[in-house]
Amino acid sequence: MGLVMLILMPLFMMGMVGYIFPSNSGMSHVPVALANLDAAQGNTSLSTQFVAQLEALNNKTGMMDFSTVGSAADVKSNIQNGQQSAGIIIGSNFTSNLQTGKQADVTIVNDQSNPQTASLIQTELTQVIQQMGTQTATYGLNQTYKTPLNYSLAQVAPYNVQTTGIVPGQTNYFEFVAPGIMGMVVMMSLMTGLPHAISFEREVGTLDGMLAAPVHRMSILGGKVIAQTTRGMMQGIIVLMLSIVLFGVVVQGSIALILGILLLGVFSLVGLGILITSFTSTEETATMIMMTLTFPMMFLSGVFFPISQMPQFMQVIAQFLPLTYAISALRQVVVLGVGVQAISRDIFILFGFGIVLLSAALLAFERAMKR
Amino acid sequence: MNDVAIKATNLVKKFGDFVAVDHLSFEVNKGEIFGFLGPNGAGKTTTIRMLCTLSSPTEGSATVAGFDIAHQGNRVREHIGLVSEKMIMYDRLTAHENLRLFGELYDIPRDALRERIDELLQVVNMEKWADHQIGTFSTGMKQRINVIRALLNEPEILFLDEPTLGLDPQSTNEIRDFARSINDDAGTTIILTTHAMAEADMLCDRISIVDYGKIVALDTPSNLKKVITGADTNVIELNVPNITQTLVSDIQSLSCTQTVTVEDETHIRVHASGDEACDNVIDTVRSGAGQIRSIHNVEPTLEDVFLYLTGHKVREQVADKVTTKEPSSRHGASVRSRIR
Repeated sequence: MGLVMLILMPLFMMGMVGYIFPSNSGMSHVPVALANLDAAQGNTSLSTQFVAQLEALNNKTGMMDFSTVGSAADVKSNIQNGQQSAGIIIGSNFTSNLQTGKQADVTIVNDQSNPQTASLIQTELTQVIQQMGTQTATYGLNQTYKTPLNYSLAQVAPYNVQTTGIVPGQTNYFEFVAPGIMGMVVMMSLMTGLPHAISFEREVGTLDGMLAAPVHRMSILGGKVIAQTTRGMMQGIIVLMLSIVLFGVVVQGSIALILGILLLGVFSLVGLGILITSFTSTEETATMIMMTLTFPMMFLSGVFFPISQMPQFMQVIAQFLPLTYAISALRQVVVLGVGVQAISRDIFILFGFGIVLLSAALLAFERAMKR
Repeated sequence: MNDVAIKATNLVKKFGDFVAVDHLSFEVNKGEIFGFLGPNGAGKTTTIRMLCTLSSPTEGSATVAGFDIAHQGNRVREHIGLVSEKMIMYDRLTAHENLRLFGELYDIPRDALRERIDELLQVVNMEKWADHQIGTFSTGMKQRINVIRALLNEPEILFLDEPTLGLDPQSTNEIRDFARSINDDAGTTIILTTHAMAEADMLCDRISIVDYGKIVALDTPSNLKKVITGADTNVIELNVPNITQTLVSDIQSLSCTQTVTVEDETHIRVHASGDEACDNVIDTVRSGAGQIRSIHNVEPTLEDVFLYLTGHKVREQVADKVTTKEPSSRHGASVRSRIR
């Protein structure tokens, strides 16, 4: 049973997280309401052309499903009752404005109850419509002034913006979240394992059996640390494998470096775990305290959301959590494929945390065992 | 010094302000079975833990097997075995695996260890269960493994902390016989803690009675009992069909009476001194319109000794009606009197 949970847990976490949060490449068939309120309708109507162009572009990606509605009020009510996730309203002056040398109004209506989707749709639509605008203008110049198309384009949109990443391929949210989950799983494994290894055994009496034997205290502690580290690393590796095999995460950097960072992460946290478990008398209390600490750590360390998106005071707190640095380093290695040099600061900090916490823990353990 | 297995000097253990062990000093001779007798909370287990180096004393010192517990911990641990109140075993391992695990902590060579395990399993009739998980055992079976686990390293000194607590009568007898045989055959010094008077009486060469962290008396069982008879105290058992509060206080108020204990609905136990103690008690009961079904002048048990020395019973929890006077003279031991 324990073995099954060992594998199921990371799988579950990855699945839950990965599939719940939306990513750009994942959006498709989002229902959008389209209200064409243009005064001019029919073949000569510029709004009809606009809509046709929009639908043609959309057919290539299949990102949205347009449904025509009659009025702005309809758009609003459809979004309210959840039928649609966004709306496009073509203003009544669309054709007339364009024909008299003014900008035509297009309004994008957002579903504010779902800010993430709303923001993605908004960005996408705005981009598409602006591209359409550039195309129209370029074509218009070409028709009116008989200038070649690429010259027209350069007039209309002088700046050609290209975006490129450091490594090939599109990134998905999984790649962002997988290193985070790896770090989190390893940490949780440690934090649930140590209470069992120390507090439970103390409660039940087997720790006494060890302590009453001619074995050095440090050996006993060392044994438990190695056992829990191994357990944590195993779960971390499972997450890594699942990410690659099931969720399409491409690891750009070296696997050895990833394992090294995980190990360093364990090293940095194990001291804290020992400190807590040495002083609690029951496994239940110890696990409770651990949970209270690890839960906020999960969110504050950037497992699910980037730290830069958090309010200032939370960012400050994040600086004091070893997990933050481990995850940041893991991300850089997994997604960007960096080497040791680039993450040397994180490594150094993790090491520091480890030394300090472990030293305190060793002293605490000695003291606690003699009570 | 060579005949002393354990020497404790002024051991003190405080938990915060609470003094669990209050300046305990004693010596245990090699090869003897030495008992700590006293109620729960008297400091017995705490003392054992200190001697086994599981707990460090707040003050004082002790040598166990000739080694100082504070500075030579590892050497001490090589020579002791501990059977604690808790089962020191892993439920998911088999009996054999558990024994091997703990045996390997003692640097016993593998072959010797295997032999020793087989030998010990046979002695407690558990060879058939060697490859079964401990979690499936009954308490009695677990305790047997718990005990032999402590013997893997052939310790000079064996600590038995309430070894028969909660066991069925058969297992209880077996463990007691086993303890005696280890002592007889291998000459192992045994430190036994218990609150079962009968156990201490039958097993121990010497007993120290502890109460509230102090040693109240330390002597052989028979000498301890003589404390009562030597102080000219009789222990009288009465069988009276209906016991009333008036009757009890009447007996109590006799000048010869030291303590009156109501054992159950029909039995009263009286400590009274003087030659006429018996007569006085009988008269009092009769005049109180009480019938006496039977009356015995009994041999004091250790329970009586404890009551005599400390002014209270070992098991205070149950509503035993004990009424006592302030202790008058005590023979040789120092007692703290307490108001309950």
